[in-house]
Amino acid sequence: MSKQAQHWEKTRGLLFMTLAIWFVFSIGIFLFGAEMESIGGPFGYPLTYWFTCQGSLGIFVILIFWFANRQEKIDEEFGFTEKGDD
Amino acid sequence: MIKGNFIDNLPRVYGIYTGGFLAFIIIMAIGEQMGMSSKAIGICFVAFTVAIYAIIGYLSRTAQADAYYVAGRQVPTVFNGMATAADWMSGASFVAMAGGIYFKGYGYMALLVGWTGGYVLVASLLAPYLRKFGCYTVPDFIGTRYGGNLSRLLAVIVLTVASFTYVTAQINATGTIASVALDIPFQYAVYVGLVSILLCSMLGGMRGVTWTQVAQYIVLIIAYLLPVFWISNKMGAGFFPHFMLADEVARIGELESQYGFVKNSAADLATVPKGLAGITKAHSAVNATPWAFISLALAMMMGTASLPHVMMRYFTTPSVKAARKSVGWSLFFIFLLYSSAPMLATLSKLSLIDPNLATGIIGKSISEVQSIDWYQNWNQANLMFVSDFNGNGTLELNEFFMGGKAVVLATPEIAGLPYVISGLVAAGGMAAAMSTADGLILAIANALSHDLYYKIIDPKAETAKRLVVARVLLVVIGFAGATIAAMEIQGILGSVIWAFDFAMSGLFFPLVLGVWWKRANKEGAIAGMALGLISGTAYLIWVRNGGSGFLGITQLTFGIFGSAVSLVSMVVVSLMTSAPDAATQKMVDEVRVPSGKSILGKQH
Repeated sequence: MSKQAQHWEKTRGLLFMTLAIWFVFSIGIFLFGAEMESIGGPFGYPLTYWFTCQGSLGIFVILIFWFANRQEKIDEEFGFTEKGDD
Repeated sequence: MIKGNFIDNLPRVYGIYTGGFLAFIIIMAIGEQMGMSSKAIGICFVAFTVAIYAIIGYLSRTAQADAYYVAGRQVPTVFNGMATAADWMSGASFVAMAGGIYFKGYGYMALLVGWTGGYVLVASLLAPYLRKFGCYTVPDFIGTRYGGNLSRLLAVIVLTVASFTYVTAQINATGTIASVALDIPFQYAVYVGLVSILLCSMLGGMRGVTWTQVAQYIVLIIAYLLPVFWISNKMGAGFFPHFMLADEVARIGELESQYGFVKNSAADLATVPKGLAGITKAHSAVNATPWAFISLALAMMMGTASLPHVMMRYFTTPSVKAARKSVGWSLFFIFLLYSSAPMLATLSKLSLIDPNLATGIIGKSISEVQSIDWYQNWNQANLMFVSDFNGNGTLELNEFFMGGKAVVLATPEIAGLPYVISGLVAAGGMAAAMSTADGLILAIANALSHDLYYKIIDPKAETAKRLVVARVLLVVIGFAGATIAAMEIQGILGSVIWAFDFAMSGLFFPLVLGVWWKRANKEGAIAGMALGLISGTAYLIWVRNGGSGFLGITQLTFGIFGSAVSLVSMVVVSLMTSAPDAATQKMVDEVRVPSGKSILGKQH
């Protein structure tokens, strides 16, 4: 398999992992909105309320930075990093 | 004071700017103590900030195509994040979001999840690859990847429909704020707002918009967070509201069950001024079915990834790597405001309904409430209303009505903050609406000038001529938007949500499959864009005219239907027609790796 094909396979793997995490916190947990309501969440908020105001939002921020770092590692591994920039 | 390259000095330039703005707030506060009228403070805030944006717009003037279209591709990651956040957070986010949460609770908060989760799709599916492509506009990608003028033209049409729906709402918002702050009639204020918007973008194109958006982000975030923290501390609710309002949320639930949600009769409701609403839904309890919540969030997420004015911000970063990181920063800066909106809604609601607080009005006598200063002010502005429906002389929960905007605009005054904060909030709302309007008008004008005029009509045009066309279009589109805004056809929030649905119906799958599915071809993309947009629009018209809809898809989520049609037709038509040629396949391969030359040259 060519270097480029391997790179793309790993990139695609990372995409699926990222989208899986995204799916859980944007869609999956809200299937159980009513069930999570009576559970206490961080800082004493009801869990569903916390996810909608802070939890999911914050997880998305962290997820994007994590994704960006992993993708950079993949690009480096196969020597596809851009030259001469920040 | 400042030496060398502007880009290298950005932190210092914006540091000085932020310090200057804080100093300006303090000067206004002193002015207020010395007897400056509230009207003068409002005018100073709006005029001062708009003048600064205009100066930045003038200093960013350019005669080069790549500076005009993509800010020379040298905007650093963090600053592009701020500019995107300002580009993204519109007048609706700033003025209406806290109000939406206040009135509708959980069901509305699907928008918070949707408008942030969409950035994960932007970062992982699209932004870095479109940056590598080297395009100036989103239709530029579609037109080059799939080939042919028809695909390019369809992309321009979808972009124009979605962005234009969105931009009228933003010009409307600038008009509303300008008319309140400057005390002029709305029909004129709309054009004052428009001129301010054009001052930022006309001379410098994307470069001017980028540097004004960073300045606008700084103003809007200070204007949003300062009152939230101040009110929370003043009420004794907590030093850092985001982590400390659990007791307040619980207390609202307690009061709600104590008062109960009494339903008003239709005859009583008919006496309430249009646009005002009472508290009829629980603050923190789950009040929407899973599908209602998820479908709205999903539509907003896919719409986010298809809206061209957001995507084109990532064309301005120096590299593919920077584009990815920049999406993270964008969402971080958006998160700062979005996570504060529910806190503001909580503080606002509790301060109004808790009888143990000095500001609480529920349970007081109607005549007492009617004599409060702030009630009279906001009642006159048509944003607040009380009525003694049951005739017991006391204000009940179901007898108090408020406009959605009042949560952001009136809460500082209700909580007893000095007027200078209200002036600051007006400047913040203006910044939010202006920055989004600028991004949208520029997206439309650039697509029409670059893709329609230069690529389709006159490919031999010189740079100078192209940029003149671009600027003329900018003004024409701005005036068209302002004219429609002045007619006040739709509400702000409804038309914003429609824009997302239009964008996802026509563009989501043609963009995503353009990168992720090599087999996608021109015929498929054309079918996907055309049928997606047509079926989405048809569904909207059907539901608007009394159609029952299906699968729980409403007029706010019609993009789910449109994009499903788009996906199916794109895949089927692509497979029925021949695969893209070798050159196109090679192009897709090159887009997928960050290194090497971009597909389109630096000047094209």
